[in-house]
Parts: sequence; C-alpha cells; structure tokens
Amino acid sequence: MSIVRGRRRERSWGITTVVALALATAALVAAPVIAVVALAAQPATELWPHLVAYVLPVALRDTLALLGGVGVVALVIGVGTAWLVSSFDFPLRSLYVWLLPLPLALPTYICAYIYVEIFEPLGVAHMALARTGLDGAAAFLPNVRSLAGAILIVGIVLYPYLFLSARATFQTQSAEFAEAARMLGARPWQVLRHVSWPMARPAIAVGLSLIMLETLNDIGATEYLGVRTLTVSIFTTWLNRGSLAGAAQLACIMLLMVAVLVMIEQYGRRARNVAASAESPRLAERRRLRGSAAAGATLACALPVMAGFVMPVLFLAGEAWHRNIGDLGSLMRDSAHSVVYALSGTAIALILGPCIALAHRWRPQRWLAHLLMIAGTGYALPGTVLALGLLSPLVAVDEALNAVSRAFGGPALGLVIAGSGAAIVIAYVIRFVAVTSGFAQAGFARIPHEYDDSVRITGARTQAGLRRVYLPLLEPSIWGAAIVVFVDCLKELPATLLLRPLNVETLATSIYQYASRGSFEDGALAALIIVAVGIVPVVLLARLSDSHARAADKEEAPQAATKFSSSYASATV
Amino acid sequence: MMVRPLSSFRPLTLARMLATTGALALVSTLPAAAQSGEVNVYTYREAKLIQPLFDAFAKDTGIKVNVVSASSGLEQRIKTEGENSPADVLLTVDIGHIDEAVQAGISQPIQSETLDKTVPAGLRDPAGHWYGISMRARVIYASKERVKDSAITYEELADPKWKGRICIRSGQHIYNNALFAAMVAKHGEAKAEAWLKGLRANLAQKPSGGDRETARDVAAGKCDIGVGNTYYWALMNDNEPDRKPWADATRVILPTFAGGGTHVNLSGVLIARHAPHKANALKLVEWLVSPAAQQMYADMNYEYPVRAGVAVNPTVASYGALKPDTMPVSAIAASRKAAANLVDKVGFDN
Repeated sequence: MSIVRGRRRERSWGITTVVALALATAALVAAPVIAVVALAAQPATELWPHLVAYVLPVALRDTLALLGGVGVVALVIGVGTAWLVSSFDFPLRSLYVWLLPLPLALPTYICAYIYVEIFEPLGVAHMALARTGLDGAAAFLPNVRSLAGAILIVGIVLYPYLFLSARATFQTQSAEFAEAARMLGARPWQVLRHVSWPMARPAIAVGLSLIMLETLNDIGATEYLGVRTLTVSIFTTWLNRGSLAGAAQLACIMLLMVAVLVMIEQYGRRARNVAASAESPRLAERRRLRGSAAAGATLACALPVMAGFVMPVLFLAGEAWHRNIGDLGSLMRDSAHSVVYALSGTAIALILGPCIALAHRWRPQRWLAHLLMIAGTGYALPGTVLALGLLSPLVAVDEALNAVSRAFGGPALGLVIAGSGAAIVIAYVIRFVAVTSGFAQAGFARIPHEYDDSVRITGARTQAGLRRVYLPLLEPSIWGAAIVVFVDCLKELPATLLLRPLNVETLATSIYQYASRGSFEDGALAALIIVAVGIVPVVLLARLSDSHARAADKEEAPQAATKFSSSYASATV
Repeated sequence: MMVRPLSSFRPLTLARMLATTGALALVSTLPAAAQSGEVNVYTYREAKLIQPLFDAFAKDTGIKVNVVSASSGLEQRIKTEGENSPADVLLTVDIGHIDEAVQAGISQPIQSETLDKTVPAGLRDPAGHWYGISMRARVIYASKERVKDSAITYEELADPKWKGRICIRSGQHIYNNALFAAMVAKHGEAKAEAWLKGLRANLAQKPSGGDRETARDVAAGKCDIGVGNTYYWALMNDNEPDRKPWADATRVILPTFAGGGTHVNLSGVLIARHAPHKANALKLVEWLVSPAAQQMYADMNYEYPVRAGVAVNPTVASYGALKPDTMPVSAIAASRKAAANLVDKVGFDN
C-alpha cells in the first residue's frame, strides 16, 4: 500500500514539474510581450490618425498579399514535392529526399540579395543573354524588386517547412489508407485529395503556420525588395516617426495576427478526426512512374532545389572564390559563437517545448491551454522588438543580482545576464520554443491515448514512462524540431544583433555588416558556412526520418510498448 | 530485441549534454570585469569596418576598444541598460540617431578644448552633447550618356522634365529622411510636401534597394539620375571591380539647395551618461578628430573629414569642391518626424 502511494506521489510530482516548466516557459515568453504591451500603453494618440490614413492600409495590404502569396507558393512546392517523393518512384527520387529541404539553410535576406544580383539588369542573367545574342529575352526576366519577387523568393526559401512536415505524414500515417484507396481503384490525385491531404492536414497546418510566422517576421528581404509590410512599418514608426509607443502598438496588431494564425493552426489540428490508430505505421508502397510522367516528376523536384539552393549557393561560391578569404581566425571565432548560441538555444527549447505539449496532454483544462498559448507568441515578435522587450526584464534581474551582491558586501556585478551571451540564448528560446512545442504536439497527436493508460497501469514513474514510451515514439518529431530550431537560431539576425555582448560576432551578424554596407558578397564565405553548417542537420533529418520509418516498419511499435509494460512491471515488482 | 538505429541517441540526454556545453560556453562570454585600459563603443558603423581605426587607437594609447555594432536600437539598449550600462561611447552614421540619443537622455556634455577647436561650430552640439567626426553628402549619380547637366538643385528634382527618369531608395531610409527633413526645414511643410509629390511623380520605379542599386539602375538605363551618398560611388569605382561598370556609366554631380549648399549628413559621436570609462572615452573621442585618424577616416570610408587641413580622398575630390549647406543640424533633426510623415502622406514608397 505504502509503495503504491509512494509511486503515485512520484508520478504526480513528475506531472507537476512538467506543468510548472510549461508555465514558466509561458511566463518567459510573456515577459517581453508584456514589456512591449506596457510600451504600447503609453499614449501615441496624435500618431494614430496618421497611421490609419497613410500607413496601415498599405502595410496590411502588402502583409496580407505577401502572406497569401508565400502560403500558396510554399503549399504548391512543399506539399507537391512531398507527395511526389512519398507516393512515386522516379529517377533521382532518393536524392531529392535529401535535396528538397536544403533551401532551409539559406537566410531569406541573403537569397533576396542574390536574386537581385542575378536577375536585375547588368546582372549575371542579363549578361549571359546579351553574350548569346538573346537580348530580347531579357525583357522576360522577372522584376525581383517587387511584391511578386518577394513572394517567390520567400516562398522558395521557406517551403521546406511544409515539405518536411507533409512528407513525415505522407510516408507513414496515411500510407495504409492511401493503399486501401488505391486498391479500391482511386486515381493518384484522388488519393491525394480525399485521403492523404485530409490526413496530413494537422502537419500541414504546423508547417504552414511556421512559414507564415517567419514571413511576418522578415524585415531584411522585404524591405530590400521594396515591400512595405507591417514589420517594416513598425521599424519606420520607431525610428523615423520617433515613437516607440506607436511601434509597440503596431507590434500588438501583429501579435493579434499571430494569435489568429496560431488559432487556425490549432483548429487545423482539431479538425482531424481520424484518431491515431494503434496500428504500426508503415512505409508507403511507391508507384513507379515511367516515361513523361517520370520526367515530369524529376523536373518538378529539380526546379525548387535549383532555385532555392543550387543557384544561390553556386553564386555564393563564385563570389567567395574570387575574393580574399580575409581573416580566417575571426571567421572561425564567429562560427564558434554561432554554433554555441544555436546549440544552447536549441537544447533548452528542446526541453521546454515538449513540456508544453505534455502539459496539454496530461492537464487538458481550458485555462491552462489558454495560458500555454502565450508560449507560441514569441515566434511572432519581430526580432528587434523582442530584443527591446526582453532587455528591460533582464536588466531588472541583473539589478536585483547587483543589489543582492552589494547587500552582502560583494562587488558590483554589472549586467550579468543582459550583458552576456545568455541574453541571446534566452531570446532564441523565446522565439523558437513555439517550434519545439508545435512539433511535440503534432508528435503526441499520433500517440494513442491507450498508451498513457498502459503506462499508468503498470505504475511506471512519469520519468520512466517518458523515457521509454513517449520519447522513442516522439523521436522523429523531436529531431525535426531540433533541426528547424538549430538552423533558425543560426540564421536569426535582429535579436542577435541587438543583444550580443561586446566584441562578439556571429556568422549572421558578420554577414549582415557586409550586407548593410551594400557589399554582401564580401560575406559570401560566412554565408556559405551558415549554409554548410545548416546542411548537416537538414540531411541528418532526411536520413533519420527514413531510417526511423524503416525501423518502425520492421518492429511493431505497439508490440514494443506492450513488451515494455510487461517487462517494466516484472522489473519493478 | 531488434536493434533500432539511432535509438541510442536519447534526445533528453543529448539535450542535457548540449545545455551543459551551452552553459559553460556562456560563462566564458561573461563580460570581463571593468579594467582601466579599456573603452566600450556601441556603434552604428559596422564593427568590422571600423576595426582598423580602433586598432590604431589601441596602438597609440594602449587602451583596448571593445565594440558592439547594430543597425538600430542602440540608444534604446543603452537607455534600458541604465546605470549598469557598459557603454562609454556611441558612434552613429547619421544625425537621426544622435538626435534620438540626446532626446533619450543617454548622453553627457563633453568639455574639451581640443574638440571645440577642431570641430566647426555647425558640426557639433552647442551644449557639447555630441560632435561630428566626418561628413558625407547626398548627391546625384547621373548617366554619362543621357544627362548633360553639370549642376542641379535638389528643388529641381521635382521638375517635370525629369518625369520617369529618377531612381531613389526608400523615402524612409535614414539618409533620405535627413535630406527630406532639410527640405522641410528650408521651405516649410507645405512646400516640402509639394516637392516630395513632384519627386515621386518623377520616379522611374517604386523605391527599393540601396544606393548601389540606384547606381546600377542608372547604369542599366532604368533611369537617368539617381540619389546616393558620396562614398558609395567612390567604393564602387576604387574597390569593387564587379561594380566598376556601374561607376563608369555614371558621374557624380554635387547638387545644392536653391541659394544654398549641398546636403550633408554626419557621423557623430557622444559619451554615454553612465560611461564607466569616461576618461578613456574622452581620449577616444579626441583621438578620432586627430589628423591621423581623420586621414584614415577619409581614405578608408571615403568621407569628408571635419578637421580643416586634412586631405579629402582623391576620388571624392574629383566630384568637385563640396560646399556644405549651412542649415544647422539641430534644425534638420527637428524636422525628421515631419519628413517621415510626409513620405507616408504622399505615398512616396508605395
């Protein structure tokens, strides 16, 4: 009896810890948001008639057009290619599985600079046409510095979010249903429309909302390409209209848009009513394509890879090649800073994100769900606003530390947190914990609730249950999240720029300095390093989800769980 | 039991490992305790580009310069950091940020005979809160082929004869903001608005890109004249072989206000209110206007030195003699908001 009670207490302790961590995360994310809202509470009334009359209409129009356009581009490319590589066999298919996620490694604004460099008049494309005597064709080259150009470039860089999330479901979850439909005589596109697509909807919702949030947050590419989004307006309001309060108020509007996006995402997830089956996930049988269909599929996958990765990287490599390497030592130092900050941010987000998902699962009360929604908003704050909002709470903590130190006769500590790399890591966690919790929630959604029960029945401790049941099942989702967050941290610019300590440069800030001087090609080598470092985890992810799916195919997951409960029961009794 | 690949990577263990590494790494980047031989600079000029100057200062004085650079928000950072802020010196590349900083109350007055003697009165704050250390002018990049004019006023940019022939970056960019603010300060809001409308009507395309893209657009024939800063053209001409053709196809005209001079913007410097190394900060600021530093500035950055007797870089000198407009910087700064609002109002960037 006493043993049982002891176990119970331990289990609820585990749940309490998880819920407490989840709430702490929400509080952490809320801190800068509250600071921004506090700023917004200051009156800027004389500004608003002006904003409403001249700024907001354009800002909202451009923002919505950009979001919509990028969404469509990313959906077509991301879901389309994911469907192709998981339903069909065609030449180079296994290569594309690796290549298609790669554009993720490129910072959007670098891609924007490269596209202008290549496609604008006097650029590589025009020169090549002129040299081959096809000057007339130059008129058909796209005008990159435009809304349409921004939509294409941002869409081409960000579609991998959708490719990754859609492919994961296409190749495991919906495979059996797709097969059943096929056996009943459905055509491939009918299978896509009636089976694969509806089943993949939650995953697609996650991927799409990530893309929307990234797009909302972008400032470098859109400003350069002449698109006046809300984010750009926030900056001009703050810097030129001299109103931080007004900027904060605009930021609040953006937060509202984000809240809507997050709710759409949640709704998308809820709409899925095919409960996760306890059946083992199986790899899809792929149909072999022949002739023109095979050529078409190969080409369809080649285009986004060429446009989003091969061409920009070749351009960077070319630029790096005919330039001096410069200071190799500082390049190494910058890389080390980037990697350390990104790894730290990823690790912490990787612990806190799943806690939020677990809290949702184990304590499905509405008030908690509402509180935890806050944790998703950090992704939406423009990096600079986040950094500004974060500074004051951090400085407050530092001042408290200094006061304590002085009270005990210690030295003045200075800005221990706000003035060190910790500030950057905290900013990364705030921005990207939404990614890890999103992936973890999508992962949990695939774990049937019976598993919770079987863990509970055996009296397993929460921690053991976590480690031995949930984690193995969550592994692909968690790795996916880790990779997305790591690459995002590497690329993150505005918060890093504003929060970094003295004498610290990262790869992103170093590239930015060249770019802001108008000679981004001088940073080509640093950009290549970001891409190279980013490639490793992206390729790892592609490989991992493959091997995982294959393993799951061989070993029946539910049986493993049963095996686990029985062996665990016998071990603990 | 079947061996599952990668099951040995327990994410939680890995995460713990990473967190430990991260924590260790963070401790190593903690701010070094305040030392006497240091000065901390927050700068809007890119850290890497200004490093040679700071290296020279360290060699001259033995004082180490710690740098952090950003493109926006440094005033706000210093203000929020409060009395524990490590910032000693703030370096800007335009008058807007200087103005913001002084308004935010993060500066302190400097008393220095050296500075007052060296920096002309129009290029510093009468109360000593900030000093200009170099100038750049906002000028015209004109097509060699299609433009024969040798002189032009800013006011003429709104003349219908330039319809569809002008390229310029965003009207909200700090450089254009300062130019438009000068126009407001000179002619008042109503006239400035009419001028801005006229300029907008003359644009060949929606404002975007930077000053280099403007030169490129002129070279490519998208437009006949563009508005840009003096140093970009010099950099393209002297240092950037890829862009040499853009410089070759264009020439620089120093425009003036009708009855006035050329619009210049300042790189400015101020000492932070809670500067922990105030004495070193003053040494740095005074050193920045020394003949050697001014010469480095002129040659490295292609800017106009503020110190009399320091030679302008030959490429910059080839534009002709600069006659800066005499409108006080404080008056321009006071019109910045009005200029930004006019840009919205006439839909300059839309």
